[in-house]
Amino acid sequence: MSRTAGIDIGSTYTKAVVVSEYGTILGFAMEPTGFKLAQAAERALARALEPSGLRREDVAYLVTTGFGRHQVGMGDASVTDLTAAARGASHFFPNTRTILDVGGQTMKASRLGPDSKVQSFRLNDKCAAGTGAFLEKTARYMGYGTEEIGPLVATSKAPVTISGVCAVFAESEVINQLSEGAAPADIMHGAIVSLVDRSVQLMKRVRLEPEFTLIGGILRFDRMADVVRNALGAEVNVPPGELVQFTAAFGAALLGQRRLRRLEMERAGA
Amino acid sequence: MAYAAGVDVGSTQTKAVVIDEGRAIVGRALTDTGANVMRAAENAFQEALRNGRIPEEEVEFVVGTGYGRYKVTFGNTQVTEISCHARGAVHMFPRTRTVLDMGGQDTKAIRIHPNGEIIDFCMNDKCAAGTGRFLGAAAVALDLPLAELGPTALRGERAVKISTTCTVFAESEVLSWLGKGKKIEDILLGVHESIGARSIGLLRRVGVEEEVTFTGGVTKNRAMVETLNKRLGLTVNVGDESHFMGALGAALFGLDRIQAARAPAHAAPGTRGAP
Repeated sequence: MSRTAGIDIGSTYTKAVVVSEYGTILGFAMEPTGFKLAQAAERALARALEPSGLRREDVAYLVTTGFGRHQVGMGDASVTDLTAAARGASHFFPNTRTILDVGGQTMKASRLGPDSKVQSFRLNDKCAAGTGAFLEKTARYMGYGTEEIGPLVATSKAPVTISGVCAVFAESEVINQLSEGAAPADIMHGAIVSLVDRSVQLMKRVRLEPEFTLIGGILRFDRMADVVRNALGAEVNVPPGELVQFTAAFGAALLGQRRLRRLEMERAGA
Repeated sequence: MAYAAGVDVGSTQTKAVVIDEGRAIVGRALTDTGANVMRAAENAFQEALRNGRIPEEEVEFVVGTGYGRYKVTFGNTQVTEISCHARGAVHMFPRTRTVLDMGGQDTKAIRIHPNGEIIDFCMNDKCAAGTGRFLGAAAVALDLPLAELGPTALRGERAVKISTTCTVFAESEVLSWLGKGKKIEDILLGVHESIGARSIGLLRRVGVEEEVTFTGGVTKNRAMVETLNKRLGLTVNVGDESHFMGALGAALFGLDRIQAARAPAHAAPGTRGAP
């Protein structure tokens, strides 16, 4: 049985997905990346194997992706996160033409051709104001943890204007808003609007072409997709449930299947 | 005796200076700005009065400056911090042509004409990289008091190259260097060089002309002063008053007003040479 796995070593979390030869997800798991990247990758993979009772040696082909792929020194191949995300996103939504990926420390926009291959991309990894770190900081200034962002912002009635020039300077802005009586939920909502403004700018630079598929850890906050939908005035696709964070790891595992089949064909032909 | 005062409400700290008619500093105070900006301004002013044993009623004119200058409710007027830092710097170091002001949340470069007027300025207030906050973030990440940063960095031998621009990401970069076994001293030296490089970039946009006077809260950090000297290839002016330069400038503008009000109308500044 040719199972493959994909590991996405992201700036904040490391995600692993195990798939069957039919591309069915057999298991997935996530670990904080931390500073020991190889350990995080091994742990995520071990946990992703648990539900199916498979062992590490049952994985016939392992593909790594994400910013830390070169540092972990494991796997049979590695692909860029854009390639992996494109594969994963078009598996869920075959008509995807624009992908927005918002992670903990990066924001990426890419345009896909009709063949689902990446034609153009733009990314921001220089400034936290355009990434999940901006939301995390804003939440922390108000005394909330990252996992409380989703439930908190769900209760918001209207967003407060947050300029979002700098994640560090957001602290004084948040404090001012709180002292003027703004509700934390509305401030959080405002931070999401500010982040989405930046992401729409990034998407414009690769051209806005439907269908839009949104992926990455920040999309686990439901409000995020609503705000993007509003800002674009267009419908958006979001992979189901937790899988929104695993799209690139899933794509890497699927690319593993393709490579494996090619190898097998070559061996059969030889 | 008449006195003038300047209150500089910064993003992080509030400074107050009281001067006499001879332009000498007779009282000064420094407090954390905190959440209640209005109270911080009042506290700093009162403390400066106590520091100089000056009765409040003898202070004839108070000028507010800094980002919170409109919260100096007892002030008679407000002047921007750009003007005040330039004025203070020229007063302390009359040959000043360039001012670098490094504060808690912004860094400013100001170019000054030999006659003391401001020719050009630019500031970094949209992004925390290259400001005092970058040092603050490193202090938090390394769990060191702010005052220890400079002395620790001065013990560094081989600066670690900090590659991230954003202060938020630098926090994790600092930790990852620690994880890779780099010495705190070398990491901090790298942090100072990174801020130094950014602020010199800002200085070059207005043009660096000697003498260069360094002002703001970060002037107390010896490692920052040395990094600037090394990178600029000159010695920047720094004094005991550098941290209070904005407040001093504000007080000097206040003294101008006192003197202008006393002078006969025909001799008042700005009316000279009028028909």
